[in-house]
Amino acid sequence: MAHSTHEIPSTEERFEFKSETKRNLIIAALIGVAMVAIGSFLLSKGWSIGVWESHGAEHAAAGHEAAGHSEHGGEHGATLFHRIIANIWMNSVYFLGISVVGAFFIAYNYVAKAGWSSSIKRVAEALPSFVIVPGVILIILMAIPSTRHIVMHWTHDGIMDPASEHYDKIIAGKAWYLNLPFYFLRLVAYVVVWYFGWKTIRKYSLLEDEEGGLENYYKSRNTAKLFLIFFAVTASTSAWDLSMVIDTHWFSTMFGWYHLASWHVAGLATMMLTILLLKDQGYLGAVKESHLHDLGKFIFGFSIFWTYVWFSQYLLIFYANLPEETIYFRERFTGFQGRYWWPFHISLVLNFFFPFLILMARNSKRRPTFLKLGSISVIIGHWFDFYQMHMPGIAKDQGGIGIIEWGTTLTFASLFIYFVANELSKANLYPKNHPFLEESLHHDI
Amino acid sequence: MADSKYLVGVFDDGDELLHAVEDIRHQGVKIHEAYTPFAVHGLDRALGYSFPRMGVAAFLFGITGTCCALLLTFWTMGVDWPINIGGKNFFPFPTNIPIVFELTVLLAAFGMSFTFFFMEDMGPTAKPIIFDVRSTDDKFVLAIDLAKNKLSEGDISKILKESGASEVNVKEV
Repeated sequence: MAHSTHEIPSTEERFEFKSETKRNLIIAALIGVAMVAIGSFLLSKGWSIGVWESHGAEHAAAGHEAAGHSEHGGEHGATLFHRIIANIWMNSVYFLGISVVGAFFIAYNYVAKAGWSSSIKRVAEALPSFVIVPGVILIILMAIPSTRHIVMHWTHDGIMDPASEHYDKIIAGKAWYLNLPFYFLRLVAYVVVWYFGWKTIRKYSLLEDEEGGLENYYKSRNTAKLFLIFFAVTASTSAWDLSMVIDTHWFSTMFGWYHLASWHVAGLATMMLTILLLKDQGYLGAVKESHLHDLGKFIFGFSIFWTYVWFSQYLLIFYANLPEETIYFRERFTGFQGRYWWPFHISLVLNFFFPFLILMARNSKRRPTFLKLGSISVIIGHWFDFYQMHMPGIAKDQGGIGIIEWGTTLTFASLFIYFVANELSKANLYPKNHPFLEESLHHDI
Repeated sequence: MADSKYLVGVFDDGDELLHAVEDIRHQGVKIHEAYTPFAVHGLDRALGYSFPRMGVAAFLFGITGTCCALLLTFWTMGVDWPINIGGKNFFPFPTNIPIVFELTVLLAAFGMSFTFFFMEDMGPTAKPIIFDVRSTDDKFVLAIDLAKNKLSEGDISKILKESGASEVNVKEV
C-alpha cells in the first residue's frame, strides 16, 4: 500500500523473441504483399471488395471536377498503380513517424531529466530501429522518376519551365525549396540523422548497462540535446516534405505541428501497447500502474493536442474561406465522389472523441483494458489521419479502403513489429545502471 | 470549538511521519489531520483518504459551461441578431468552438476552485487552526483530536513518542 511494502522486482530481464514468432511475422508480411497483388488483380477485373472505392472505368465525371482545381483540368488521371504507390508512401510516412518518436521520447526525457520513464526507456529505445526501412522506401520512391511523378505533383517535367505548356507559376515560385537536389538532401538527412542520432543514444545506453557510472548518462544527454535541436526543425520540414507538398499549391502554417502531433501520439500509443503486451507476457513487472498512468496522461494530452492543432488549422481555413485554401477540405469532403468523407471523420472520432472519453477518468488511465482500447483507437485513428492526408493528393479518384490497404498495412506492421521485437531482445529490458532507474522503480502517483 | 483538545505530534522527517501514520492508525488511534511543509507521497493513502471526487465536479461545471456557450452563441448569432459573415450560415458550428472551449474551461476552473474552498472550509472568513507554525517550515505535524479517540491522552502520547515523534504537545482551541 505505501512505501514500506514496495517490492522491487529484479532488474535483470531479457525479452525472448521466439523463432516461431519471427516466422509468423515474416509470413504475415508476405501475406500482406500477396493481398496487395490479389486486391490489385481483383480491382483490375472490376471486382471491388473494399469500401469507398470504385472501379477505374466509372471514375471519369465527378472526381475530376474537384481534382481539376489543383491538377490542371485533371490531365493526370489516377490509376490503380497510383493507389498502390500512395499506400506504400502513406504507410512509410506513418511508420517512419511512429519509429522516430521513440527517439524523440527518449531525447526529451533526458533533457527534462525525467526519472519516471527510465523503466520503460528500453521500449521507446527499440522503436527507432525501424526508421531505416520506411526511410529507404521513401528515398527509393522519390528516386524512381515514374513513382516520383505519382507522389509529387511538383516533380513533373516542365512544371517550373515558363516555356513549357505545363508551366505553373505558383509551383515555379516554390522552386528554391522544391527542387530535387535540395529535396533529396533533406530526405536523406532526415533518415540518416534520425537513425544515427538514435544509434548513438542507444550505444551509450547499452554501454551504461555494462560499465555503470554517470559518464554515459552525460553523453546520452548531450546527444539528446543535439537530437532535439535537429528534430525541432526537421519535424516541421519533414511534415512539409513528406505530406504537405503532395497538394503542391496548398499550404498551411499549422501543418508542421499537426503532423508532428499525429506522429507523436501514435508513437506514444504504440509504446503503451508494446508495454502492455510485454506485461501480459510476464515482462516488465516493475512497470506499475503509476507509470502506465503517466504514459496514459501523455496519450490523453497529446490526442487533445492533435485535435487542438487540427482544429486550429481547420477553423482558420473555414473562417477565411479562401478558395485556394478550402480546396484542401473540399477534396476531402465532397471531392472524388465523396470517398474521403468517411476516413476524414473516422480519424476525428478515433483520435479525439473516443480516447478523450475513455481515458478521461483517472482510474481508466490506470487500467490496462482501457489503455489498450485507447491506444488501439489512437493507432488506427492516426492511420486514417495519414490516409486522408496522402490519398486525395496521390490516389485521387482511385482511393478506397480495401484489400490493398489492409495488405500494405499488414506488411508494414509485421515488419515494424519484427524490427522492434528484435531490438528489444538485444538488451536487458531495464537500463539497469541508469542513474534514474531507482527513482522510476519507486515511482508513485 | 473552544473545548476541543488536540495532541500534536511533531516529526522531523516526512518518511518518519508516513510510517508513524501507518503505525498509529494500526493501533486504533484516529488521526485528525497531518500537516507537512511539502507533499509526502503516499500520505493520503496512509491516512486512509478516499480518492477525491473533484473530477465529477469538474465535469458537471464543464458541461454547464459547454451548454451555456452553445446557448449563448446560438442565441446571439443565430436568433437574436443574425449577421451575414462571409456568406456562411447564421450558426456556423466551427466558429463557436473557441467560445465553447473557453467557457467550458472557465466554468470548470472556477467551479472546482470554489467547490474546493467550500468543501475544505477555506473561504475568506475562515480561521484556520495552526497546530504548530513550524509545519510551514521544516517539521511534519500530526494532530489527534482527543474527543474522538477512546484511548487516554497518556496512551496516545506514548504511541506518538514510540512511533518517532520528537515532541508531543497539547493544543487547545
